[in-house]
Amino acid sequence: MPEKTVPSVQAETPARREETRAQERYITPPVDIFETKDGLTVIADFPGVEQHALDVRVVDGVLTLQGKTTHIAPGTPIVQEYELLNFYRQFELPEAVDADRISAELKHGILALHLPKKEKAKPRQIAVKVS
Amino acid sequence: MPTTNPWVDLDALRHEIDRTFQTFWSDRGPQHWRVAFLPGQGARQYPLVNLSEDEGNLYVEALAPGVDPQSLEVSVLQGTLTIKGEKPGLAQVTADAYHRNERAAGRFTRTIELPVQVDAGKVQADYRNGLLLVTIAKSDAAKPKQIQVNVVG
Repeated sequence: MPEKTVPSVQAETPARREETRAQERYITPPVDIFETKDGLTVIADFPGVEQHALDVRVVDGVLTLQGKTTHIAPGTPIVQEYELLNFYRQFELPEAVDADRISAELKHGILALHLPKKEKAKPRQIAVKVS
Repeated sequence: MPTTNPWVDLDALRHEIDRTFQTFWSDRGPQHWRVAFLPGQGARQYPLVNLSEDEGNLYVEALAPGVDPQSLEVSVLQGTLTIKGEKPGLAQVTADAYHRNERAAGRFTRTIELPVQVDAGKVQADYRNGLLLVTIAKSDAAKPKQIQVNVVG
């Protein structure tokens, strides 16, 4: 599965205006991907991402996982060991995946995606009758 | 515990490096490795924490996605905070193939020194979206006191 970890730069337009500063730094979330005969399972760590701030989409066979993070600690910082930036990661899906039946679940900062395979891509055992 | 003074940090770092090499090259072999394989302990710091404060409280935010909330233990003892827990691995999966395997799992424990005196009786821990937020009330001695200025004459 080829993948991208940084969003691709938009194509240049003839009259390009100066852009305002946008958040351009991303973290690549660590993932586990495993395959069974029914489909693929993608599990990714997305700490600090609310359900509404998570964006999972499939466009042209490319799965994009994107999440905006929010710190929960109030007050003025004393020590910072980590920084929560936005998450971004893309995977190219194999053709066998049925994009319409992908299901996603977010729990305790873990995103679990199930990508079922298309019916015809599943191995089908054919019973042989002896006549 | 890093401070705002960079020289103190550098000094602490130098001591830490010295200590690492001392244990690593001691006669009894690399102790550093042994620690790494003890259950519940590790050479790596996990979870990573951010510390912040306001007038009355100290906040510790720990980056711990996917931790079983039942296994989390948070305790405060004499100015130190200990966080224990377990991040479960993948359930029994009989996969045909693994395409990525990047997420770590296992038990962890971490103790950090708190920079101010705290009231161990007023500690609250919330786990939300994979972040653990521990709110610890400062002890009265550590809270700033407003002193009224009298105008004389």
